[in-house]
Parts: sequence; C-alpha cells; structure tokens
Amino acid sequence: MNAALLWDSLPSVASGFGVTMLMWLPGLALALALGLVFALLRQYGGRGLDAALGLVLSAVRGTPFLIQLFLLYYGGPLVGIDLDATSAGLLGLAVYGGAYYAEIMRGGFAAVPRGHVEAATMAGLSRVQTLRRILLPEMALLILPAAVNMAVVLMKETAVLSIITVPELTMVITGIGSSTFAFTEAAFLLALTYWALTEATGVAGRLLERRMAQVRLA
Amino acid sequence: MNATLFTLLLEGAATTAALSAVSVLLGFALGALVCAAQMARSRALRAFGAIYVSFFRGVPLLVQLLLIYNLLPGLGINVPGTVAALVGLTLCTAAYQAEILRGGFQSVPPGLVEAGQMVGLSPALILLRIRIPLALRLTLPSVVNEAVLILKASSLVSVVGIADLTRTAQNIASSTYRPIEAFATAGALYLVLNAVLIGGGGLLSRRMAHGR
Repeated sequence: MNAALLWDSLPSVASGFGVTMLMWLPGLALALALGLVFALLRQYGGRGLDAALGLVLSAVRGTPFLIQLFLLYYGGPLVGIDLDATSAGLLGLAVYGGAYYAEIMRGGFAAVPRGHVEAATMAGLSRVQTLRRILLPEMALLILPAAVNMAVVLMKETAVLSIITVPELTMVITGIGSSTFAFTEAAFLLALTYWALTEATGVAGRLLERRMAQVRLA
Repeated sequence: MNATLFTLLLEGAATTAALSAVSVLLGFALGALVCAAQMARSRALRAFGAIYVSFFRGVPLLVQLLLIYNLLPGLGINVPGTVAALVGLTLCTAAYQAEILRGGFQSVPPGLVEAGQMVGLSPALILLRIRIPLALRLTLPSVVNEAVLILKASSLVSVVGIADLTRTAQNIASSTYRPIEAFATAGALYLVLNAVLIGGGGLLSRRMAHGR
C-alpha cells in the first residue's frame, strides 16, 4: 500500500480503531460484571440454580462465538430482541466473556484458603462482610493472570464482530483493502495492529501482576 | 427442521470435524518443531520460536485467515480454499501447542532426568525414554482443551467460503428464514462434537495413566 493511500484512509482506520476499543473495553467490563453475578449465583443460589447455570454456561463456552452472534443478531428480532449490530456485538461479547469469567471466578473462590474464611467468621464478620473483605479481594488476586488472558481473548474476538457488520478495525481495513485492491497490505497492517494491542495488554497485565504481588506481601 | 436440512448440517459438521482434526494433528507436529526451536541452544532459533508464538497467539484467527487468503495468491501459490483454511488453522494452533508442550517439558521433574543421567543414559535416550513420554502425558489435557478451542474457532473458515457447519447453518437460515432453528441446531452439533472430543480425551488419558 503506498503512503498516500494509507494517509487518505487514516481517518477511517482511526474510527475503526475507536470502535474496536469501544467494543472491547465496555464489553470486557460487562463480561466481568456478568461473570461475577453468575459466579455468585452459582455459589449462593442453591443447588438447582447452580446446576442450571452450570449447564447454560458450559453451552456458551462450548459453542463458537460466531454462532452465538448469528443467533442473537439474526434470530433475536424474531423473539423481540431487535438490536443493531453494535449493541448485539457488545451483548454477545458480554455473555461470551461472562461465561468464561464465571468459571474463572468460581475457581478463584474455591482457591481462597478455608482458614481465612473461618478466621473471618471467628472474628465476628457477617457473611456479607466476609464476602466483601475476604473472599472478593483474595479471589481477584488469585484470578488476575487468567483474567488478563481472557481479556486478550476478548480483544481478539472483537475482530469476529466485523462479520455481523460492526464497523470496527477489521471491517474498516478489509474495506480499504477491497476498495484499493491492496488486500495483502491491508491484512498485514491489520495483523500488526492487533499484535501490538495484544502484546501491550499482556505487558500491562504483567505489570499489574507484579504490583499486586507487592500488595499481597504488604 | 426437516430431515434434508438436518442431513446438510450433519455434512457441515463432518467438514468441521475433519478440518479441525487434521489441523490439530498437523499443528501438533509443527508445534513440536516450534517448541524445539524455543528450547534450542541457538539464540536465533529461540528468537524465531518466541516471535512465532507471540504473533500467532496475538493476532485474531480471522485476521490470520484473511492474511493467508490474500497472501498465498499474491505469492503465486494458488491453492483451493480448503487448503488455505487448513494452513491458517494449523499455523495458529501450532503456536498454542508449542506453548503447551514447552510447559509440559518444564514440568518434568528434574529428579527423573538426573536419575537417568546417573544410570548412564545418553541425552538422546533421556529425551526419548523420560522427557518426551512424561511431557506428552502431562500435556494431554491441555491438548484436548486446545482441540476444543480449534473446533470452535474453525467456524471462522465459513467467512472465507468453506461449507463447514457454520456456513451451512447460515445458508439454511437465509433460505428458510428460520435463523433460530438453523443456528441453535448448529450450536447443538458443536456441543456434540465437543463432548465426543472431551470423552475421547478422557479415555486416552486413562489409558496413558494405566501405562504408567
């Protein structure tokens, strides 16, 4: 791709990048929130709810994200869920990520040493206080590496949203590729951008982990 | 969903299963080479291994597929779409499997390797008799997990026109105007394929544990 072409398409690349970020970061936040809700419901909602949620969430984890998006975007309107591509993409990311985060957090809760919970009970903390002061912070520390890893996975999944016409980076750059016939250059540019993004996320995650390791010692 | 359409979906599922199985197997072979490069003495080989793993794990598979689709004809290599899809899936899963294998080799207890040295085994024999069998046994669950991920990720080859399970479901959805049935059935078939894979992996790992 020659420099002039690249320069001309810079505004649309920037807008695609912006949409990718707007799908990823809020999608990630929603996925974390949903994951926590699912994990807590499984923990405290009784055996029936635990089993039912376990089944539904494993179905979400066991099917391709693309199939879920198609179901939501093309099937949704038939049952009254009429979302535009961007909202469907965001909801899809939240549910897909939430199913994984629920499992990660469940493992995190299970890994909190029982003695800590018992000590909190002995010290007279209520169940809610124990959850807020002991279980949640310890779980968050324990799941940090897995949570960052999943955040990278979700970043990569945002590329799939181009298939349901969300105007994010992949859709914009492949569009430039087909209008300029510079397909290969466009695909290279795209790959390099994602590579930089995921590497940067990984580095940020490792920094955060080091920071948190000090918190744990303090 | 009538029987004809369901048969079409089953054919799509067979394509998905074949494509995933071949790319996971080829990816294992390539992944072993990449893993060897990562653990090599030569600094250049180690750098190659690290960059390979970082690139193919850091770039979305969809983008990798688009790249390969456009790159191969650009290099004058004209292959059928299925082959390009297979190359894309293989290159990607090789990076993940290389990391899995590396983790496996690192978890082989050093005491066993030292014991091998003490009884006078050559480094080649230690590799063949101790490190490789143990690493394989340790990595099997992760490889099954990776196979499940590839099975799901293979749905992206539908974008480049392969008539896999996802593509077939899309065709049925648009010709019958019944997207819910088409995609829900396809999703259920993916779950069945996953269950078979996980069940098979469990059987295999029990057999390998028996061999101990």
